[in-house]
Amino acid sequence: MSKDSTPHSTAALAASFEEEPSQASVTSLPGGVTALKPFGWAKNNLFNTKLNTVLTLLCCAILWFAVPPMVNWLVVNAVWLGTSDECRAAAGACWSIIVVKHRLIFFGTYPFDEQWRPFLACALFVAMLGVSGVRAFWRPWLAGAWALVLVAMGVLMWGGVFGLTHVPNDKWGGLPITLMLSVFAITLAFPLSILLALGRQSSLPAIRSLCVGFIELMRGVPLVSVLFMASVMFPLFLPEGVTIDKLLRALAGLTLFTAAYLAEAVRGGLQAIPKGQYEAADALSLSYWQKTTLIILPQALRMVIPPIVNQFISCFKDTSLVTIVGLYDLLTAATVATTDPEWRPFFAEVYVFAGLMFWIFCFSMSRYSQWLERMANRYNRR
Amino acid sequence: MSKLVQALNSARVRGWLYQALFVSGTLAVGWYLVSNTLTNLSKRGVATGFGFLNREAGFEIGESLLTYAASDTYLKAMVVGLLNTLTVSAVAIVLASILGIVIGVARLSSNWMVGRFAAVFVETVRNVPLLLQLVVWYTIMNRLPSPREALEVVPHVFLSNRGLKFPTFVEHAGHGWAFLALILGIVGAVLVVRYGRKHRETTGKPFPTLPLALASVVLPPVAVFVGSGAPFAFDVPVLAGFNFEGGAAVTPEFTALLIGLSVYTAGFIAEIVRSGILAVPHGQTEAGLALGLSPAHILRLIILPQALRVIVPPLTSQYLNLTKNSSLAVAIGYPDLVSVTNTSANQTGQVVEAVAMMMAVYLIISLCIAGFMNWYNRKVALVTR
Amino acid sequence: MISKLQAAALAAVVTLPLALTGTAQAGATFDGVKQKGYVQCGVNLGLYGFSAPDDKGKWTGLDVDVCRAVAAAMFGDSEKVKYTPLSAQQRLPALQSGEIDLLARNTTRTLSRDTANGLNFAPTNYYDGQGFMVSAKLGLKSAKQLNGATVCVLPGTTTEQNVADFFRANKMNFKPVVIEKNEELHKAFFSGRCDALTSDASQLAAIRAAETQNPNDYLILPELISKEPLSPAIRQGDDEWANLVTWAFFAMVQAEEKGITSENVDASMTSPDPDVKRLLGVTAGNGKALGVEENWAYTIIKQVGNYAQSFERNVGAGSKLKMPRGQNALYTEGGLMYAPPLK
Repeated sequence: MSKDSTPHSTAALAASFEEEPSQASVTSLPGGVTALKPFGWAKNNLFNTKLNTVLTLLCCAILWFAVPPMVNWLVVNAVWLGTSDECRAAAGACWSIIVVKHRLIFFGTYPFDEQWRPFLACALFVAMLGVSGVRAFWRPWLAGAWALVLVAMGVLMWGGVFGLTHVPNDKWGGLPITLMLSVFAITLAFPLSILLALGRQSSLPAIRSLCVGFIELMRGVPLVSVLFMASVMFPLFLPEGVTIDKLLRALAGLTLFTAAYLAEAVRGGLQAIPKGQYEAADALSLSYWQKTTLIILPQALRMVIPPIVNQFISCFKDTSLVTIVGLYDLLTAATVATTDPEWRPFFAEVYVFAGLMFWIFCFSMSRYSQWLERMANRYNRR
Repeated sequence: MSKLVQALNSARVRGWLYQALFVSGTLAVGWYLVSNTLTNLSKRGVATGFGFLNREAGFEIGESLLTYAASDTYLKAMVVGLLNTLTVSAVAIVLASILGIVIGVARLSSNWMVGRFAAVFVETVRNVPLLLQLVVWYTIMNRLPSPREALEVVPHVFLSNRGLKFPTFVEHAGHGWAFLALILGIVGAVLVVRYGRKHRETTGKPFPTLPLALASVVLPPVAVFVGSGAPFAFDVPVLAGFNFEGGAAVTPEFTALLIGLSVYTAGFIAEIVRSGILAVPHGQTEAGLALGLSPAHILRLIILPQALRVIVPPLTSQYLNLTKNSSLAVAIGYPDLVSVTNTSANQTGQVVEAVAMMMAVYLIISLCIAGFMNWYNRKVALVTR
Repeated sequence: MISKLQAAALAAVVTLPLALTGTAQAGATFDGVKQKGYVQCGVNLGLYGFSAPDDKGKWTGLDVDVCRAVAAAMFGDSEKVKYTPLSAQQRLPALQSGEIDLLARNTTRTLSRDTANGLNFAPTNYYDGQGFMVSAKLGLKSAKQLNGATVCVLPGTTTEQNVADFFRANKMNFKPVVIEKNEELHKAFFSGRCDALTSDASQLAAIRAAETQNPNDYLILPELISKEPLSPAIRQGDDEWANLVTWAFFAMVQAEEKGITSENVDASMTSPDPDVKRLLGVTAGNGKALGVEENWAYTIIKQVGNYAQSFERNVGAGSKLKMPRGQNALYTEGGLMYAPPLK
């Protein structure tokens, strides 16, 4: 903790952890004896009332009982590089299953010798996500860069050019599937959701009711059933002989589902536009599409960026459901890794690992969306 | 000619034209898909129609609110699945709300440690797929001891990997009357609350609503129960053969699904509650203090009513999500609607009908929840102008 | 992609009137597969020994070998297969809709699947029967002592109905625990959630061998409550395709009968045995009848192996499952595997 810990700075510290006005600054005495600083902080933040003292002690007890066994299992007694027999003998976690199976978990059934390609594709992709997070880069060239990266990813994954062997997409699996499904679903859902949201606000009754019907239908049924519909029943809807790739069908299901949710977020943005803006546009005698694309959408979409990021997070987590329709996403590949009889007892480690993977992606994105919201609020407050 | 151009330029005519095009396009696509499906199915000799619903299902279901046996029909099997879905969703909604509110308030606690704990909880459960969480909870449930080494939590209540077994009352006429008294008591409590509010609004004086309402709910049934001779007879679970017999049970599948759904949704509800409370300006609290209200009164009369306006709409979607997420039960063996539908579809081969039915049922459930929450939202919404 | 789609759509439009008149499109799949250059094969998402990707992500297993054998016969290359992993619920619609050409996903042959679901079955590639596994601690001798038990069942198969039938027939009751994923189901059983695990007996043996510290802690009860002939399936009315799948499998069995393996197949080309000559295409005729190259069976044996090799490699002694041949031995060794004459 910083040397200078006057009550003011502790309050600031607490406030930097929490986005809330800390009670500590109210209840603490001004000034304070230097030697008592850490105690003073503890007294103000942990033991200021009887209830808080009890709660603090309770929390300490939980930590005392939960943390040591967890650390023992995770680290101290764990086997990192041993064989499955060594794992069976050990009392801790068996991380060697991850070491042995990591390529199956990350890349599924992608040809073993070519797995540098999905690796590179994922790395490119994550780097691009990082770049897009920086506000200063929100320029038109970013869209171009994304297009380039997506093409590069496609080339890497599919191959067939530049001397890369062709890998059909039924062999893709693991992390690339999870990443690509979620990103393409959200990207494709975005324009669709704008149309749906506009349709829902439309003055034309038939269009409005169809859009409302679609949105409510999609939001009313579980994703599992939508995916099921897309992957199992969709081939029956098409004339014989016409088949659409399984990955594409799952993507279509995910896109439609996401679009319905996104449409509601966009509608929130549309409704937040003051009526005066519509009236002003009408007064300038702009047509509907001019009004929408030039006046309304630019304002509305800026407002809905945080909900879009949140939708992206849930879409990312939802990709884990494609296992039900037989696609090899990260979670499926991880579970398949535990079906090997030799390593079967060590499923907990694989779950922890897969959970951690998802957590890293989702947590960083959710932090980012919170930051975006704070930025937006800062501008609004001014 | 110029009239036609004029008509085409009129917004109304064009509106109708667009709509006609849009609707007929949608209908055409729909018809095309349906006719394709029918052709495909008939050509491959696959049976169609809902006739299978009246045939014997031939499979057992692990837990059921109705008496169900393998000799019952597919329709009844699906009703059993539906009831299971509704049960777990309803209980999980209540639990998730309570847990979510507690965690949400804890995140705003002045106690640093409690705040951190709540934050870690929220960030963990929100950022890991529910499917994975359910599997983990189920694994934990299965680590409980076997029935023969069951933990006897309190006398006659056993906890094992077969679930929580507890005694039930043997039915008696007195129970019916006690139940009736309970309903009357609840009605009485509602009246008391209404009167209390009116009293406060007209006189400005506090009215002991809570104790009176509680008394109204608790006392009459207890009085009737004791009055009818307190017919205490328990159906106590005893270990017989493989399992406990008698009493009632909460199965591990149900518990794991319940905990998983509640904890996951609570993470989201906590954030909603937190932002709802933060949305009420601090000036409101200060104004309440200035009026001399107690902190509890400030929370109940000033903060909560205002926070609810912010909370209810996103809460609605969380409740909807929870209900739909209960479909992940298939992964851990709770016989919900999806699980039963899957089995039926599999045995009959009539996937299209079964999945369509399942989707329709979920849609109806969702619409009911949304309808109720919208009604509630209108009730708490700010009335302006 | 688009042009392929359009071509397919056009083909569909052209063939639609024919189809509506009710004439089965014999050979539609055969020609389609030949044209696109690979077999689209529906397999299990992950059932060790039958179909699962190995550490390097390559599909292996007894069912996978059927797909490979068909591809070898058709194209002379067992790698010309695309695998579609399917859940139990997806498999029949996937075949019905034409998404896959061949379903090799431990599917039990039944009358209703043959009729109401519009399928045809190739010869059984694995004979199985449903049994029960219990903990040895319970001291049970027979499945008839299972009254009141909790039973772990895998859904989407015939097992759910079989177990209900068995208990009804013996006037007993039970509680099922139905979990979609094999791994989760096994975990539930071994943790004691269920008193008994029911599945195909071979599976039970495999599970016991692979997943327990001491296999003697678990007992497989003697009763087999059902017959489970696991067979590859194809669509109805696809006679040419059905012939190829059927005989591709029989060729593997015939090769075992004649002792021809992938190692000695080249040497066997000079065998004086007329049956071997016909099998390996030295005496021409079989290939032409099936509409493929004359060396079709040679390619299967060379690239996939005979039935014994496939069995041992995937589920038998050479695998981690170590299952005995049992009913799946040749008829000459007391099993049920019997190839009709290839002539």
